[in-house]
Amino acid sequence: MATVALTESGCPSGLAPAADAETRRADPAAFVRRDAHGAETLELLIQGAKCAGCIRKIESGLLALPGITDARLNLSTGRLRVSWSPGTVAPSSITESLARMGYGAAAFDPAAAARQVDEEGRKLLRYLAVAGFAAMNIMMFSVPVWSGDGEMGEGTRTLLHWISALIAIPAALYAAQPFFRSAWTALRARRANMDVPISLAVFLTLGISIAETLQQGEHAYFDGITMLLFFLLIGRYLDHKLREQARTAARDLLAMQSVTASRIGADGRVVAIGAAEIGVGDTLLLASGDRAPVDGIILEGVSDLDRSMLTGETLPQAVRPGDQIHAGVINLSQRLVIRASARAQDSSVAELARLIEAGEQGRARFVRLAEKAAALYVPVVHSLALATFLGWLLAPALLRFVGFEVADVGFRVALMNAVAVLIITCPCALGLAVPAVQVVATGRLFKRGVLVKSGDALERLAEVDVAVFDKTGTLTLGKPRLMTNVEPDVLRAAASLARISRHPLSRALVEAAGPGLSADNAREIPGEGIEAGDARLGRRTFAAPACLDAEDGAAELWFAQGDAPPVRFAFVDALRIDAAQTVSALKQRGIKVELISGDRPVAVAAAAREAGIETWVGGASPSDKTARLAQLRAQGFKPLMIGDGLNDAAALAAAHASASPGTALEASQAASDLVIQGAALMPLIEAIDVAKMARARALENLRFSALYNVIAAPLAAAGFLTPLIAALAMSGSSLFVTLNALRLQLSWRRA
Amino acid sequence: MNVMIFLIPVALFMAVVGLCAFFWSLRSGQYEDLDGAAHRVLIPDDEDAPN
Repeated sequence: MATVALTESGCPSGLAPAADAETRRADPAAFVRRDAHGAETLELLIQGAKCAGCIRKIESGLLALPGITDARLNLSTGRLRVSWSPGTVAPSSITESLARMGYGAAAFDPAAAARQVDEEGRKLLRYLAVAGFAAMNIMMFSVPVWSGDGEMGEGTRTLLHWISALIAIPAALYAAQPFFRSAWTALRARRANMDVPISLAVFLTLGISIAETLQQGEHAYFDGITMLLFFLLIGRYLDHKLREQARTAARDLLAMQSVTASRIGADGRVVAIGAAEIGVGDTLLLASGDRAPVDGIILEGVSDLDRSMLTGETLPQAVRPGDQIHAGVINLSQRLVIRASARAQDSSVAELARLIEAGEQGRARFVRLAEKAAALYVPVVHSLALATFLGWLLAPALLRFVGFEVADVGFRVALMNAVAVLIITCPCALGLAVPAVQVVATGRLFKRGVLVKSGDALERLAEVDVAVFDKTGTLTLGKPRLMTNVEPDVLRAAASLARISRHPLSRALVEAAGPGLSADNAREIPGEGIEAGDARLGRRTFAAPACLDAEDGAAELWFAQGDAPPVRFAFVDALRIDAAQTVSALKQRGIKVELISGDRPVAVAAAAREAGIETWVGGASPSDKTARLAQLRAQGFKPLMIGDGLNDAAALAAAHASASPGTALEASQAASDLVIQGAALMPLIEAIDVAKMARARALENLRFSALYNVIAAPLAAAGFLTPLIAALAMSGSSLFVTLNALRLQLSWRRA
Repeated sequence: MNVMIFLIPVALFMAVVGLCAFFWSLRSGQYEDLDGAAHRVLIPDDEDAPN
């Protein structure tokens, strides 16, 4: 029986928290497609699936629904594909069933999430396989050559070299294509990147090794060049995988953002459509709990709106017919009928999207660590190779000029040594240095529920020195909680009325009262409160008109029954449990903390005091927030923004690095670098620590690569390099860099 | 040393078979969901059996 109770709430292993029942449930009907076999399919993004139990529960749970023919969950991407024969299943029953199982499900906009197979990644894997195949097989011929040194006849050695050449030439020309392409693009733009010396080394090495084999010489670098490509491709693949992961995360978030709407047609029928299809003048139905997809005017209904995502304001706003409604607000209590006054892309949300874009442009100027290293590396290596070539060619003549007796070494030896420099300095370790560290770091954070959304996010996070928090929904839970102590009997009586309402204050009251019955004859008077017999719960003007306003700015409900004196319930938006702990941990790390919110100054001051933040601003508009971040940047700070609302999205994009909680609005998650799942804030601290450690490891790796080159390059320039030394040096340095990156896994067992 | 005439082609042939096997696994989508594959091992077939 215990397992049954567990399986009712999300992941059976308890690895992921069960999805909030309140998660927005857009009608997925607008996103159903026909597949090649004529079946209807729906792709959903699943939140909270972590383990084998989840796969089984979701797939068998859905297959148990009548009509479903196929359900397959991809655990890596969190995508679920469900198929059924046309007309047999209502799409909304699928999401409802998933919600009952405790998973969040969001339908995809097929246009926004056009399933792109990662072609680039597949190609890289193919190159990698060919390079690996060639490197291993050529090594099979190289080892006898090295170990048989002196004993092996020239004929046998040349035969082995020829076999190596037959494998290496096609394999290298095939596997080095990504480097050739990138080098060619760079050269055409009159720039030089890391791939230019790599491409040059591939061509020169192949050429010189063929020449050596033709002359039955002993130095053929076929093994070196394929191994080099193998290591470089590993680095390239890891880097690509990171970027792809970040891109997919961003794309998924954007796809989920595509809100659906219910349009009321001329015949009175309600049809689910995508938000992009809404035209000006359309009549839309907004059920309670729905988010308004566009700006509009209320035609029918009286309700309360939650505007916290737009403004940070925690108190619900009462609305009635004729009032304006903005895209992004949530309808709380009663269903509304609205007339769209703008299309989705012209609504107030779109204005924020433009602010986000402007902010992101500022961030694009950030130069990644690996790019900085490449900018230093390329000219140095090229001049060194050129100097080696000219040195060997011209030095004998110069020496003769000052009186020494030396013979010319010839063009071949000069070229050979110049190529040796290019091979030995080839950025194997350099190419692995940063991606290896980042893969380990993001993987570790992912397991802790922190989603790293952009490739350079950790590098930027490591530099942060000011943290700017939003209040509602970030530092706080964004849900009201009862703070007045009242008699249990009164609370129970009030809760029996509150149970019939969806208003957030009613729900908070019910939560405080615990399970119980609801009053039989209760009815909700929209915008006022609930009435049952002689009991009334709601606004002061509705339930207790004789009482005076408490004037402390808190959200409140009044309850009056019969002749008893009315009782006031006051609510606060409680801080997250570890908010104060997080703030002090940030301060410990030398990061200054600020609070900037759109909520009333009274509420902001109270939250700041409780969390231990000295610097705070209340009543801030979205542009005030971006202005504050711009000001911090102008003062030379590198601000980290943590926010969840639409009003934070622009500030998130404008900050040096940004994070948002998993409950944040999709637009905000899309604009931030990190998404922190779960109710705790402390993973943010771990992310900062990991980012700093990753930066230290990456710098160590880069320094090691530099040291390696400083030792190896002069040896190669002096003509001491043999194929055996090249092979050992390259594999050794790459191994060292990878192991150093893995050290990141071990060093996190601190208290 | 004459044995090399056989051994080298045999070795290369086996390596090519390995390479082809990898390409096949790549093409058939076995690298699409690495996490899922690791976990699906744990699901008993008889209870799952959708098909």
